[in-house]
Amino acid sequence: MNLTGLLVIFALGWAAVTGNFGVLNLLLGAVIGGLALLLFRVKTVRPAFISRAWRIAALALLFIRELLESAVRVAILVLTPDLSARLRPAIIAFPLTARSDGEITLLANLITLTPGTLSVDVSEDRQRLFIHCLSLQDRDALIDGIAIGFEAKVIEVFK
Amino acid sequence: MILWVGEYAAGVLVVIGALFSLIAAIGVLRLPDLYTRMHAATKVGTVGAGFILLGVAAAAFDASVVLRALIGIGFLVLTTPVSAHLLARAAFLTGTRPTWLTYINEAESETGDKPKY
Repeated sequence: MNLTGLLVIFALGWAAVTGNFGVLNLLLGAVIGGLALLLFRVKTVRPAFISRAWRIAALALLFIRELLESAVRVAILVLTPDLSARLRPAIIAFPLTARSDGEITLLANLITLTPGTLSVDVSEDRQRLFIHCLSLQDRDALIDGIAIGFEAKVIEVFK
Repeated sequence: MILWVGEYAAGVLVVIGALFSLIAAIGVLRLPDLYTRMHAATKVGTVGAGFILLGVAAAAFDASVVLRALIGIGFLVLTTPVSAHLLARAAFLTGTRPTWLTYINEAESETGDKPKY
C-alpha cells in the first residue's frame, strides 16, 4: 500500500471518528495520519517524498522573500522623481540549463516575480530565455545569480 | 481580545495592500513602455492584492475564509506572471519596440526565425 492510499484511509477514518466530513477536517485527519506514520512506520513514508516536500517549501520561502523585495524596489523606483535617469532597461538572453516544460515554466514565473526581471520569451530551440530587466547593472552577475539561485532550486524540486 | 487584534491587523494589511496597488497604478502611468510597465503591474500589483487578501483573512478570522484567502493568493501568484509573460510575449512577437532607453537588446542580435523589431 502506498503512502497516498494510507493517508486517504487515515483521513476517512479520522472524519468518521469525529463525525465531520468537512474538507478541513479531512485535511486535519490526513496530517495526523501522516504524523502517526512518521512515528510508527518510517519505512512506509519514503524519504524522497519528505525531502522533496522540504525542497518545495524552501523554494516557496525564497520566492516569497524575493517577491516582497522586488515589489518594494519597483515601488521605490516608480516613486523617484527622476525616473528615466534611474531606468536602465535591457533585454538579455539567459542560457537555460533547465530542459523540461515544467522546469522552464516555473523558472520563467519565478523570474517574472523577482527583482527587476521579467521573462519575455523562450527561444525556439529552448536554449535561451529572454529576460527584460528594469534597471540592469551587471549582466553576467544577474545571469549567474539566477543560474545559482532559482534555476538550481527548480531543477532540484523536479529531480 | 484576539478578535480585536485581528481587526487592527486586518486594517493595517488592507492599507498596505491599497498603497502597493496605488503605486502599481502610478508605475503603469509613469514608466515608458509596455515591458517596463509590466514590472510595476505584476510585482507591485501582486503584492498589493496579496496583502489585501491577507487582511480579509485576518478580518474574517474563520478557517474556511482564511483557507480561501490563502488559496486566492496562491492562484494570484501562479497566474499573474503568466499573464505578464503573455502580454510581454505578444508585444515581442508583434515587434513592439522597447523604449529608446533600452541599452542592451540581445533579442535583437539573435539570428533565426524570431521576429525582429
